[in-house]
Amino acid sequence: MKNALGDAQSLLVLGGSSEIAMATARLMVARRCRTVHLAGRPSAALDASAAELRSLGAEVTVVDFDAADTDSHAEVLGKTFTDGDIDVVLLAFGVLGDQARDEQDPAAAARVAQVNYVGAVSSSLVCAQYLRAQGHGALVVLSSVAGERARSANYIYGSTKAGLDVFAQGLGDSLQGSGVQVLVVRPGFVHTRMTAGLKPAPLATTPEAVAEAVLDGLRRNAHTVWVPGAMRFVMSGLRHLPRPVFRRLPM
Amino acid sequence: MESLTGWGRTAPTLARVERPATVEQTARAVLAAGPRGAVARGLARSYGDAAQNAGGSVLDMTGLSRILGIDLAAGTVTAEAGVSLHQLMKVLLPLGWFVPVTPGTRYVTLGGAIGADIHGKNHHHSGSFCRQVGSFDLITADGTVRTVTRESDADLFHATTGGMGLTGVVTAATVRLLPVRTSLMSVDTERATDLDDLMARLTATDHRYRYSVAWIDLLARGASMGRAVLTRGDHAEPDQLSPAQRRDPLAFRPATLPGAPRFLPGGLLRPATVALFNELWYRKAPRERRGEIQKLSAFFHPLDGVPDWNRVYGPRGFLQYQFVIGLDQEQTLRRMVERISRSQCPAFLAVLKRFGEGDPGWLSFPTEGWTLALDIPAAMPGLADLLNELDEQVAGAGGRVYLAKDSRLGPGSLEAMYPRLDDFRRLRAGLDPAGLFTSDLARRLRL
Repeated sequence: MKNALGDAQSLLVLGGSSEIAMATARLMVARRCRTVHLAGRPSAALDASAAELRSLGAEVTVVDFDAADTDSHAEVLGKTFTDGDIDVVLLAFGVLGDQARDEQDPAAAARVAQVNYVGAVSSSLVCAQYLRAQGHGALVVLSSVAGERARSANYIYGSTKAGLDVFAQGLGDSLQGSGVQVLVVRPGFVHTRMTAGLKPAPLATTPEAVAEAVLDGLRRNAHTVWVPGAMRFVMSGLRHLPRPVFRRLPM
Repeated sequence: MESLTGWGRTAPTLARVERPATVEQTARAVLAAGPRGAVARGLARSYGDAAQNAGGSVLDMTGLSRILGIDLAAGTVTAEAGVSLHQLMKVLLPLGWFVPVTPGTRYVTLGGAIGADIHGKNHHHSGSFCRQVGSFDLITADGTVRTVTRESDADLFHATTGGMGLTGVVTAATVRLLPVRTSLMSVDTERATDLDDLMARLTATDHRYRYSVAWIDLLARGASMGRAVLTRGDHAEPDQLSPAQRRDPLAFRPATLPGAPRFLPGGLLRPATVALFNELWYRKAPRERRGEIQKLSAFFHPLDGVPDWNRVYGPRGFLQYQFVIGLDQEQTLRRMVERISRSQCPAFLAVLKRFGEGDPGWLSFPTEGWTLALDIPAAMPGLADLLNELDEQVAGAGGRVYLAKDSRLGPGSLEAMYPRLDDFRRLRAGLDPAGLFTSDLARRLRL
């Protein structure tokens, strides 16, 4: 159960090797969280995440979960909810793809959409069902500012996040009054493995800062957080730029 | 489904609220509870999540509100669990009887008083509420009603008194009353200049008073750290009253102000505003005054005069931290008061009291020692770390925190604080193997 100060006791991470997810899990375990389920495709990184959280004092179970395999979601995720309530579900999986290559390889582009959007829709809905039955809990969805306005440099990824963002907003509204919070997190450029080698955008941030923002959003019962906070106003400006102007921006 | 919180208005969760009006309806609601279980709720004065049950049933017991019998010769009352202490006072005072124990509010139910094994300003003299409970009726997980006394089933009796509603639903109880000759209080007030002075005064003269409590200024620092106002007294005798008061010595007419407005912003209670309040409160108190005649409501339940006063803390709500540590732990207490004072925690409702001997309830809170209670806005920065630190000090000193007020403790700390926890778990596992009775508090603390 989340306590009066907003600290959760159990966490389910979808995308257990994500750096943002790990930063969040680390922070939560340092507070009150004792039970962590790490769901992801079996990998050394996933096992390392589990080992690290165990060393911090958490009871960790690793769940074999493939975001792209939507048919398995109900069964795989359902099991994690049978051991007790889950206070926070953190949907953190996602692939960036390679825009230039994916434009030439539509099947690869479709895979980005399959994981980032289709897989997220399916797994969110499975978790939302259980959270609704619990009468409490939070679903944290990692969206991106890339979904706010399409850029020619990453519109495949951006469009999947746009879809996910709208989906999560709608899910949050549909869960209004159910005791379940849906928190949409819109980070800007985050320094991680996924973005290694890319040129950092202005207002670039870190997984730790995103984690702090997530926890703050959970405490405030917020529906959206931007990281850093100033991103909200930057994106609000960009969103309203006329297309001919936006196209000419050097980004 | 309804969204429910405790008095602190933190951590709301959703539950299906049943409103039984009879014992039969209560038993039916217990048996009809789904996989998320059920818990009883009274007037929701517990600060935290004790009477919440996310996704399950919550039995609002205030419909069982009949006084079933008063035995004037024996001085006992038998009433349904939803009867409030306010209701009991209204009926019993004119007859010359008073409830044996009252907390800082009259708006608690009999069932809640047993579930939390509440205490009052007379703990050093009369023990906790359940010491005065002769028997109660309990609906257990199988839907049957059993009458429980210390003699019939000592384990179930002691698991239920202070058991936070997790052994079943109390539907009625018989309580021993206190005879009084007036409805007024004779009160001695004195100021203590610092914590040492306060502890010395409480230690030296508490035994002279039936009721004793000290309001403590937790924002005062330096030489005046722990300065306090002691108010101690007893029920007034008729010869202490003025002629006007003597005309109707047992009248019970508590005054009530208009309630707090519905929407108050957060942040009204900051260290600066509370420090100012505390300064005035301390200065306003007489250095020493003997035998002042006060209304019962002013002495016991000053905050009941302001309905919904809990809204003062704004939308983020507040929590109360109450702990007890042994009488020999004065050093720990001093360290803790120092720590709280250093944190500039804006607490204006802080009280220190000396508990007398504890009662045998397995999860009953009071044990002999010093108890400090303070209200804190939940939005205070750094609060989680501060309270975790205090938990450690309390547990390290062999003390405990009060579950009826708790909304944030973790399961690890609880085990260190309540030595009979294993007995409690074992009894529940036998009596209620499916875990039908559960609450947000039970889930949070893995009770």
